[in-house]
Amino acid sequence: MGCKIKKYTLKNTCNQAAFRDGMRDGIPIGLGYFAVSFSLGIAAKNAGLTPFQGFLASFLCNASAGEYAGFTLIAAGAAYVELAVVTWITNARYLLMSCAMSQRLDPDMPGYHRFLMAFHITDELFGIAIARPGCLNPYYSYGAVLMAAPCWAFGTALGVAAGSLLPLRLVSAFSVALYGMFLAVIIPAARKDRVIAALIICCFAASFCAAYLPVFSGMSGGTRTILLTLVLSTAAALLFPKEEESKNA
Amino acid sequence: MPDMYIYLFIMAGVSYLIRVLPMTLIRKPIKNKFIQSFLYYVPYVTLAVMTFPAVIEATQSPVSGLIAFAVGVLAAWLGADLFRTAVFCCAAVLAAELFL
Repeated sequence: MGCKIKKYTLKNTCNQAAFRDGMRDGIPIGLGYFAVSFSLGIAAKNAGLTPFQGFLASFLCNASAGEYAGFTLIAAGAAYVELAVVTWITNARYLLMSCAMSQRLDPDMPGYHRFLMAFHITDELFGIAIARPGCLNPYYSYGAVLMAAPCWAFGTALGVAAGSLLPLRLVSAFSVALYGMFLAVIIPAARKDRVIAALIICCFAASFCAAYLPVFSGMSGGTRTILLTLVLSTAAALLFPKEEESKNA
Repeated sequence: MPDMYIYLFIMAGVSYLIRVLPMTLIRKPIKNKFIQSFLYYVPYVTLAVMTFPAVIEATQSPVSGLIAFAVGVLAAWLGADLFRTAVFCCAAVLAAELFL
């Protein structure tokens, strides 16, 4: 889609195409979300949430690790401040993703799109948006959100209500959908760019070590992700600075 | 007794702030070469770190997770799009766990 965005309205056929692409790419994300949020709903139920509250939490927060940590605290009757701090830490990677997205926005885009796009920055939706060439089209993100967000919210509600009715075999299969999508974002980039290929292999190795080494394995998955992202991206940026600003993606 | 809706409001508020602040405050292209490179690498690093070894722990058996990982890498390398890669991975787990 090399077409240049002229007007940020849905009257533009280019935006309509982007919206449809977003919906298409949002479907596998929704499937993965459904499985994950279903198990998240079980955690919500243990924290005393009703199905509606589970729906609300997922609809508003859109965060797997962040919500999970939040429900654990709620179950323990934690203080409000504590909940705020832990939510901030477990979601800190979205701060980085939001920074990265800010660099890929058209300066002429009306400002309200920034507020709307920010609402649903998740690992997956960020991944597929950033993988597209050129400036980010907000309608691509909206299309993807339209398919994925309801799955996330309803999945949580259903998890609260139905507990563990879904056969384990299906949960098991659904749960890798997310990782398949991650791979579909990073592997093509690795094929084009040797630096990224080497970097990704280092990431897999470092992440594997961090998950099983005593010092790191005690940390939450979210904290490990932030630490590794900071360290490895800094190393890559120092060793292999990008030439010129253009053509990233 | 803390109120559930205040809990949810706090979670939602913090989750949104963290996402909306950079996007709305950073209006200009960042010129610094280090920061540019850093932000360029961030998505790939984050996604790679979150994929492995989490994928082997997501399934009922680590072996089927590993198979899904291999299938996903291969499919994406050969040019499958997001949806197809995801479906291949799910199918690999379903198939593998019939035998495990």
